[in-house]
Amino acid sequence: MKKGLFTIIENRLIADKTWKMRLSGECHGFTGGGQFADIAIDGRFLRRPIAVREWDNDGFDIIYKTVGEGTEQLSRTKEGTVLDILTGLGNGFDAGRCAGRALIVSGGLGASPLFSLAKELVEKGKDVNVVMGFNRSSEIILEDEYRALGVKLTIATMDGSAGIRGLVTDAIMASGAEYDYFYTCGPKVMMKAVCGFCPTSGEASLEERMGCGCGICYGCTCHTKSGPARICADGPVFKKEEIIW
Amino acid sequence: MVTSVNLCGLKLINPVIPASGTFGFGLEMAPVYDLNVLGGISLKGSTAEPRFGNECPRIAECPSGMINSVGLQNPGIDVLVNDRLPALRSIYSGCIIANISGFSVDEYAECCEKAALAPEVDIIEVNISCPNVHGGGLAFGTSPKAAAEVTGRVKAVCKGKPVFVKLSPNVTDITEIARAVEDAGADGLTLINTILGMRIDIAARRPVVANRYGGFSGRAVFPVALRMVNQVARACSVPIMGCGGVASAEDVIEMMMAGATAVQVGAENLRNPMVCKEITENLPSVMDKFGIKDINEIIGIV
Repeated sequence: MKKGLFTIIENRLIADKTWKMRLSGECHGFTGGGQFADIAIDGRFLRRPIAVREWDNDGFDIIYKTVGEGTEQLSRTKEGTVLDILTGLGNGFDAGRCAGRALIVSGGLGASPLFSLAKELVEKGKDVNVVMGFNRSSEIILEDEYRALGVKLTIATMDGSAGIRGLVTDAIMASGAEYDYFYTCGPKVMMKAVCGFCPTSGEASLEERMGCGCGICYGCTCHTKSGPARICADGPVFKKEEIIW
Repeated sequence: MVTSVNLCGLKLINPVIPASGTFGFGLEMAPVYDLNVLGGISLKGSTAEPRFGNECPRIAECPSGMINSVGLQNPGIDVLVNDRLPALRSIYSGCIIANISGFSVDEYAECCEKAALAPEVDIIEVNISCPNVHGGGLAFGTSPKAAAEVTGRVKAVCKGKPVFVKLSPNVTDITEIARAVEDAGADGLTLINTILGMRIDIAARRPVVANRYGGFSGRAVFPVALRMVNQVARACSVPIMGCGGVASAEDVIEMMMAGATAVQVGAENLRNPMVCKEITENLPSVMDKFGIKDINEIIGIV
C-alpha cells in the first residue's frame, strides 16, 4: 500500500452512468491486474475502493459507475483536482496460474479490473478468450481496448441490444472457447454461475462494503473454505475452490 | 520538549495509541511505517474462542463518521498469545495493550489471565462495551454491578499488570460505571467505545449493516468523548486513555486537557492509515504553538 496525491487529468462519461478517470502521479504501488485504489472524496468519511483498469509509471486509470453519493460526487470532480489515494491494494489476479488458454468472463464494470490481466496474459503468449456481459448496449465499455489486445471477444447483453442475447454462460457456450483456467469479475450471482459452469479451476474477484481497504479493520470479511478472509487484503481475488457463495 | 507520558508506571514515548479494532494486530501496518513511532498499540479484541463476527455488510458511511458491526472477529486468545504477540514484539518496543472481550465473567478472567501471562503484554484492556455482540461486552458495560464484578475477577488474575477497563458511552451516567470499576480495582479507564447507531438504505428499505445496528465512531463523536473523559476525570483518580473521534495533534491536546493521560485514535485510521504517525510528527510543533513544553503539564487542566 502507498498513499499519494494524484491529479485528475481526465474524468468523462464513457457509457450509461459509467465514467473513466485518469489520474496522474507517482504510481509504484500496483503489482497486478485486479488490484484497487481507495480514493478519499471531499466531505465523505470513508474512502471509495475502486478497481484499477491500467497503470503505468505516470499514473493509473479507473472506470466507475455512479451508484451513490460518493461516486456521484466523484463524477462531478473537475480535471485538475488533486485526490488523496491509497494505491496497490488487494492481491490481484494471478496470471501465472493459467497454463496456456485463459477464459476471462466479465459482467458490467468487471471488464475494468480484468483488462490489465488480459494484457498480461497476451504478453505472456497465452491464448485469451474474453466474454463480456452487460445489461444493454449502452453499458458496454472497453470493447475497442480489448479488441486492440487481439483477444477473442464475445459480447452478451441481457436485452439482446448487442452481441448474443442472454447470460455470460450462454456466451461462453456460444464462443466455443477452450480454456484451462478462467478469471471472472462482475456481480456476485454471475460469478457464482460462472464458477459453477466452468469445469476448470479459476478465480473470481469479490466485492463488499469496506472500511479501511487495507486489512486493519476487518470490516469486509467473508467466509472461505480456509476460514475467514478479508476481501480487501486477503482478496479481492479468490480461487474458485476457496469461495463459499 | 517532553512528549512522553507515564501510564501506570510504563513510559510511553508519546501519548498516541491506535485504538483496538482499527489497527489489526499492528503487524498489518508494519510494512507501511515503523510502528516504533507509536507510544502504544491497542490490539484487535480477543475472545477465548476464534470468532467470525457478524455477516457483511459490516460498515456504513455516516456524516463525519462511520458505523461498524464487525462483531469481534478474532482468531482467539491462543493465537494472539502464541503467534501475534511474539511477532509484534519482535518489531515493536512500545507499549502493547491486549484488548479482551468475553461472554461471561469466567471467560473474561480466563482470557485476561492468558494475556497477562504473555511477556509481551504491558497493559490489559478489558472491553465491556462492544455494542455489536449480543450477550457479551455491552451487557457488562451498562451495569455498575456487572462491570465491577468483571473488573474484580480480572484484576485478581492479572499478576500485577495494569488493567484498564474500556467503557461504553451507551449509558445514562458514565461516571457511575467508572467509579464502580475504579472501586473494583481497575488501574485505569479507556473511554469511549462506539455509540450505538443505525443507517438505512432507503432504496432497499433495510438497514445498511447486516446486524441492523452498529457502533458509530469518527470525528462526529469527538465532543461526546471529550465530555465523557472530562466527567470521568473529575469523578475518578485513575489514569484515562481518551478515545473517540481523535484525528489530529490538536485533538490529542484537547483530549489530554480534558483529563486523558494517553489518547487512542480509532476510526480515523480507517480513512487515513498514516494518521497516527502523522499525529506523532505534528505533536511537537502543535505543542510549541500553544506554549506547551511538557505534555504532562496539560493533563486534566480543564
